[in-house]
Parts: sequence; C-alpha cells; structure tokens
Amino acid sequence: MIFHPAIIALSAGSLLVSLMLLYSAFHGIRILRNWDMGSGSESQLQLERRTYLISTLVACALGFQLLSLFLFIHTVDCMSGLFVGAMCAAGSLKVNPFGYPAIVLRVINSILAGQWLMINHADNKAFDYPLIRKKYGMLLVIMPLIVAETAIQGAYFMGLKPEVITSCCGVLFSADSEGWASGMAALPPVPVAIAFYGFMAATISAGILFYTRGVGPYLFAGLNLCAATACVIALICLISPYFYESPTHHCPFCILQGEYRYVGYAFYLTLLAGAAAGLGVGTLTPFQGVESLKRIIPELQRTLALVSILSYSGFVVVAVSGILFSNLRLTGY
Amino acid sequence: MTFIQKQRNILDVALCSLLRRKGKNLSLVVAYVFVIFLLSSVMFITDALKREASFVLKDTPEMVVQRLVAGRHELVPTAYAKVIGKIKGVQSVSARLWGYYYDATNGANYTLIVHQDLITSPGSIMVGRGVARHLSAGENGTIPFKACDGSYLFLEIRSVLPSESELVSADLVLMSELDFRRLFQMPEGYATDLVLRVRNVRELSTIAAKVVQLLPDTRPVSRDEILRTYDAVFSWRSGLVIVIFAGALCAFLILAWDKATGLSAEEKREIGLLKAVGWETSDVLLMKFWEGMAVSLVSFLTGIILAYLHIFFTSASLFEPALKGWSVLYPDFRLTPFIDGQHAATLFFLTVVPYTAATIVPSWRTATMDPDSVMRS
Repeated sequence: MIFHPAIIALSAGSLLVSLMLLYSAFHGIRILRNWDMGSGSESQLQLERRTYLISTLVACALGFQLLSLFLFIHTVDCMSGLFVGAMCAAGSLKVNPFGYPAIVLRVINSILAGQWLMINHADNKAFDYPLIRKKYGMLLVIMPLIVAETAIQGAYFMGLKPEVITSCCGVLFSADSEGWASGMAALPPVPVAIAFYGFMAATISAGILFYTRGVGPYLFAGLNLCAATACVIALICLISPYFYESPTHHCPFCILQGEYRYVGYAFYLTLLAGAAAGLGVGTLTPFQGVESLKRIIPELQRTLALVSILSYSGFVVVAVSGILFSNLRLTGY
Repeated sequence: MTFIQKQRNILDVALCSLLRRKGKNLSLVVAYVFVIFLLSSVMFITDALKREASFVLKDTPEMVVQRLVAGRHELVPTAYAKVIGKIKGVQSVSARLWGYYYDATNGANYTLIVHQDLITSPGSIMVGRGVARHLSAGENGTIPFKACDGSYLFLEIRSVLPSESELVSADLVLMSELDFRRLFQMPEGYATDLVLRVRNVRELSTIAAKVVQLLPDTRPVSRDEILRTYDAVFSWRSGLVIVIFAGALCAFLILAWDKATGLSAEEKREIGLLKAVGWETSDVLLMKFWEGMAVSLVSFLTGIILAYLHIFFTSASLFEPALKGWSVLYPDFRLTPFIDGQHAATLFFLTVVPYTAATIVPSWRTATMDPDSVMRS
C-alpha cells in the first residue's frame, strides 16, 4: 500500500460514510417495519424523531460521497508518477484489478446518492413524511453498494505496489488495442459527432419543454440517460483528441491534468450534475400524485431540469470551444 | 430568495448563539485549529520538498551508471564510457568524480564534486553557503583538507555558491580533478560513476538493459526512478506522520463530541424557547449545522493560513529540530510557496468530515428535545 495522505483521507472518509450508512440502514429497517403514521404511540413518536437523525446522517454521508469522487479521481491521477508506464489516472487504475471497478462503483453510487438526496429533500418539505418508506427502501439498496465500494477501494489502495509495470493510456485507449476502451476510441468521429450533438440538442430541447410547460418528464429523463452515454463516448472518441491536438490520443483522464488546464474537471462536473439532476426529474415523477407533494415536486423538478439544462449546455460550450480553438482537425481521419 | 433569506436568518441566530458562549467555543476552535495546523504543516512541507526535488532533478542527466563489486558501489573504469557511448541512442557519456569528506576538526561532512570550470585552476574551490558559514570563511579564504596520505592540501575559495541553491549546495565543495585525485589518492582512469544523456527518453529502459548486458558489473539508475523514489518516500513519511497524529485527531473528536453533548441549562432553555416560538426540529438541526460550519470554516482557514506561514515564511521552524537531525551543515533554505486543491480536500476529509460526523448525534439530541420538559427543568 502507498502511504499517501490523500489515500488515508479517502479510506478514512469511505469508512466513516459506510459506518454512518450501516447505522442508518439498521434504523431504516426498524422504520420500514414499524412505521405507522396514523398511530400516536410512544414508539411511533420515537421513530419520527429518529427520522431526523437518519436523514441528517445519510444526507451528510452521501454529500461526502459526492465530494470524495473528485478527490479520488485527482488522487489516482497524481499517483501516476509512482508507477512505471502510467501517464495519468488510466494507468494508476490499471495497476491492479480493483481500480476500474472502484471508480465505476463510485460514479454509480454518486448518481444514486444524488437521487436519494432529491427524494429526501422532497420528503422533508412535506408535513406527513409521504416518501419515508421509499427513501429507506432505497437506502437499503445504496448501503451495500457503498460498503462494497469501500471494500473495493480498500483492496485497490492496499494492492498498490510501485514496482508494478502498468499500461499507459496510449495503449488502453488506442484504436489498435482490444477492449471496451479501445473499441470506443476506434469509433468513427463523424457519426459520433452527429450522435453527440443530436442527443444534446434533443435533451436540452426536452428539458426546456419540461421547464416551460411541465410535459414529458420521462422523455427528458430517458434522453438524459442517452445524452450522458453519448457524452462519455464523445469525450473518448471525439472531444479529447482536440484538447491533446493528437488524433491518436483518446484518454479521458489526461484532460484532468494541469497541462490541459484541468478541463476534465469541468467536463465531469457538468456531466455528473446534468445526469444526476436530469434523472432526478424522472425519479420524482411517480410521486407527483401524492397529495402533500403536489406543489412541491413540480417546483423541485423544474429546478432540477434547469440545473440539468445548464450543466449539459456548459459541457457543450467547453467541448465546442476546445474543438474550435484546437489546431487539430479530425475530418481527415 | 426565501430559501436564502431563511438560511441567512438561521445563520444569524447560530452565530449569535456561538458568540454568547465565547469561552466554550473558543477552546474548541483552538484545538481544531491546532489539529489542522499540524496536519497541514506536514502536508505542506512534504509537498514543497517533493517539488524542490523535482526542480533540482529536472536538468540532471537521464541516467547514472554505477559499478558494483560484492553489492557495494565501486569506482568505475573510465574505459566503460567508450563501451556505453557506442550504444545507439546514447547522446553523451561523461565520467563524474565526487565523494564525501569528513572534517574532523568541526565534525561536518562535505560533498566534494569535480567541476569543469575548475579544471584549469587547481588549488581553487567553490563552496556552498553552509560550508562558508560553518568555517566563517569567505572569498579568497583558505580551507585545509587532510588527504589520504596524511598530508594537508590548502585550497583557496574562489567563490561562494548563490543562496538560491542552498537546499542542495549547503555542504558542497567544487574542486578541480587534480586536487580531488590528490586528496583521495584516486587512480587515473577511474571515476565515481558515469552519467548518460540520451536522445529519446522512451529508450531509457532499452539502453539500461543494453548497459547491463555489455557491462554486467554495472547498475544503471534512471532519473525517473530517483524521482519516483523521492515521491514515494516523501508521501510515505507524511502519511506516517498523519497516522501518528491520528491520536490527536481522535482526542479532538472526543472533545468535539463532549462539547456538543454537554449542553448547559442556558443552552437547553434557548432551544426550548426556539421550539416554543415555532421552530421545527429541522430548523434547530439547520442551526446546529450552521454552527458547525462556522466553527469548521474559521478553524480550517486559520489552521491552513498558520501552517502556510509556518512552512513558507518561517522555514518550518517548529519542525526544524526533527528535520535537522544530526547534520552539522544545515541549509538555510526557504521553500517555494505552493498550495493546491488536493491539500484542502485531503485536510477537509481528515478533519471536517470526522468533526461533522461526531457532532450529528449530539445535535440531533439537542434538536429533538421536548420544549415543555426543557422549560420546566
């Protein structure tokens, strides 16, 4: 294991988040079993009081989870200098088999955490805890994933050995190699560009339609999912070569480095915010009919749609400006 | 706007509440600042030293070739340079002469290096500021060196090296090849090691393999390897110190928990009053959140600023005894100020996150107190 301060901070943070969620899930099960809003018993009163604790604990834990995603990415990127062959986070994550599962799980958990926080926000606004069973049910799904993430991240950090020779991103994200990453890098740029701009335009239009008229929440959430996927593919296949000004360099991690003005953080922050907020619109739609949430949910959904539209627009602006001001033209390739 | 207005009002109440109990909160802030100051100082100094190392090594040759005999570093025949020079991709090979000299009269160790500028002027040396300071000698002064055969060599100081490079040049003495060989009785045709410049750094590993194949008694050391080792060693050291400080962090968290749990009668009455005038449990929790944020933010910023001043403006004066060790010649250096987001984020996860987690349960207990029973008691 490499004894780096950021690794210690991430491990301690993940352990703390897992403990907070385990405690919350334990009480969440009690709430799921014994919750009875109609009852005025002492135990119900106790449960109602405890919901405040659980909500605060989980909100804090998941908030930390979202923040730590970027510290994790930055840390693995900084560690690349320690491994022979690694040039960026792509190489550091490949040092052992736990690197990529750890980051994938972190991203999934961050999106799920975002959904839970939205449901919790809506539930806290209503007077009668209408979503309490749903949110604690969802907590029971998120908790094992976060615990698994802590374990996998721990295995990854424990298995970091500086003498290991890893692969450079030039090999992992090369069109000539094998695997999902090189498969994406090998895609032809023109169809990818059409798909990227098409999905972005459709998603932003659907978002504006929902924001102004309140129609098509599921269409917006569905398109949002497609747009997020298109963004990831476009970033690897189309956008990143323009920032590197090299048609063969497709790495989605090198853009996180100072050499490229940390533009990767702008991409991933806007992508995560856009995807989480857009999916939140769809997640909250089934609860629109709940009496106490009838005024709260549409208002919250509009805010989320606006966040999603602005985030995706930000992503497109950064990508297009990078493409326009780059000395590279991919049309010949 | 109503959301922001609500938060502002609650923050106002939280700050007033904190100021009403100055003594209690100040003691907590002092402990908090101290913990952040310690951790931050460790991270600042290790990162600054790592950066200094990378700056120093930036212009060094890509590879050093040493000769090993029985696993120990031995003098290398200069004829090896011709063999290595024929390897494709090697731009230049040069022999280096360097060593250490123990000055028994004052207990200091000097690093002696043969410098090209002094080849034509035997009898002259250039010294680092640490050496000049220690011997109270300036330009044109003379330093006696005891040679291997017991005779003395009196070398005149031509110049003192600039202070900018003091971190690496404090104990340095640059001299001519003739003086060096006379001092150590080193035979002609031998050097301490060989340094290589290569045309393409990507070929380093191939060149290293060829060097070992042609000259099996040698050990090539690449610059990247040295940098990687520095990086790993400094990170490991700062990680170790942080783990040692974990005890202080735990003590602080227990203090924070204790302070948050042990509410005075006045505080309880205050919460009771707030709830009696219509504050909900969530509002009290929000107030406690803002209280925690205010304490954390003040402590975090103060701790980081103090650590920054400590490391970069007072040259880590508190850590000086530990850093100096038993070295007689210690550089009087000033590190290049440097701070990045990773520092702040790492410190945040090491201090603010555990502090927040430790105060959630006490805050909830306070927020869910029954106003009626509180007011009566």
